[in-house]
Amino acid sequence: MSVRHALLALLSEGPRYGLQLQQEFTARTGEVWPLNVGQVYTTLQRLERDGLIESDDAGGEGQQKTFRITPAGGREFAQWLRTPPGTMPPPRDELVMKVLVARRVPGVDVHELIQAHRRHLVETMQRYTRLKEDTPEDDVALGLVVDAELFRFEATTRWLDAAEARLARFPAPHPNGASEASVPPVLTPEVRP
Amino acid sequence: MTTASGPALELRRVSKVYGSGPAEVRALREVDLAVRHGELVAIMGPSGSGKSTLLMIAGSLEEATEGEVLVEGVPLSGMSSDDRARMRRRSVGYVFQDFNLLPGLTAAENVTLPLELDGVGVRTAAAAGVATLEKLGLADRAARYPDELSGGERQRLAIARAIVGDRRLLLADEPTGALDSVNGETVMRLIRAACREGTAGVVVTHNARLASWADRVVFLRDGRVIDRTAAPAGPESLLTPGPMT
Repeated sequence: MSVRHALLALLSEGPRYGLQLQQEFTARTGEVWPLNVGQVYTTLQRLERDGLIESDDAGGEGQQKTFRITPAGGREFAQWLRTPPGTMPPPRDELVMKVLVARRVPGVDVHELIQAHRRHLVETMQRYTRLKEDTPEDDVALGLVVDAELFRFEATTRWLDAAEARLARFPAPHPNGASEASVPPVLTPEVRP
Repeated sequence: MTTASGPALELRRVSKVYGSGPAEVRALREVDLAVRHGELVAIMGPSGSGKSTLLMIAGSLEEATEGEVLVEGVPLSGMSSDDRARMRRRSVGYVFQDFNLLPGLTAAENVTLPLELDGVGVRTAAAAGVATLEKLGLADRAARYPDELSGGERQRLAIARAIVGDRRLLLADEPTGALDSVNGETVMRLIRAACREGTAGVVVTHNARLASWADRVVFLRDGRVIDRTAAPAGPESLLTPGPMT
């Protein structure tokens, strides 16, 4: 997520103070992606340097600087909205890497590993669902963010299901011809009670 | 709704075997499970893992080959078939993926039928039916037949039928499978609401998003319980800064 474009989005609605931008961004993303105020001011300085926003000098002592978007900033923001997120080449997904690596490591039960990740994902999804349950349905921002996370985790669990089925059909041969029984389970964690 | 101190549903080392000899299939192997009143438990597993068999045995629609099933603390093995049928009508509500509504009955009649079969008077059953339909937002659909309802409404009606009266155990098999995500969420909210009022709920599913509505998730594989989720942390644990660029 780009702080730069998030700030342009808020400024496209009208002028704002720096602190106001920080508070509005946090509120609108359901407080799931809080921004610190230092990040906001650093990004504002860069946007101003690039001519995408401009600021008023403070009218008097103690007053805050007001920022507004420039026509160039408006064009940059409109273009960003319509640009697809980077999906090529595929991201180096850490979980995919772990499963790929684990299937060939002696002493690792890849099915146990997949189940451990599945359980962790479902537990995280339970927390998100609880958050959704506790939130008024008209809190649209939080609903959108939570649904995005739930669908993303669901997709990962479905990939784990497919991976498990594929690995059951095509188990990896152990290196050097070692049989599964001869490999000490040094990397197998304790089974949960 | 009445509640008892023990679990609403308990399975003790339950196994189920279909067929014999070379054709023998062990659908469940020594499964232990306890579900308390007010609790929703999800059973997750791939096709063929035994989750639907578990649900059928929990609701006494099938018998365990070994082990014991207790509903409200009462062992099913000690009941006559008539007593089991009565227990099913009074205490257990079922929700299936394909709704299983009776097409020749109106929404109101579908909901009140289990009560009337159990000897509840027509007026009392009708009042309970109306109250349940209202709770599920279907009061204005009472006179409609199932084929005049949308998919989401049909599943809400199936839930109404499952919780009408004093049901203490709600068993659901992929209850949102035929619905889009919005209607599916509505169904899960209703099941959660029923559990909050004291019903014990068991949902079987292969879908993690559906299972995440449960208080606990039990994972089945090849008829065995292989894993369980820990008690979920509060949602406040999610509110940590994410990566920002």
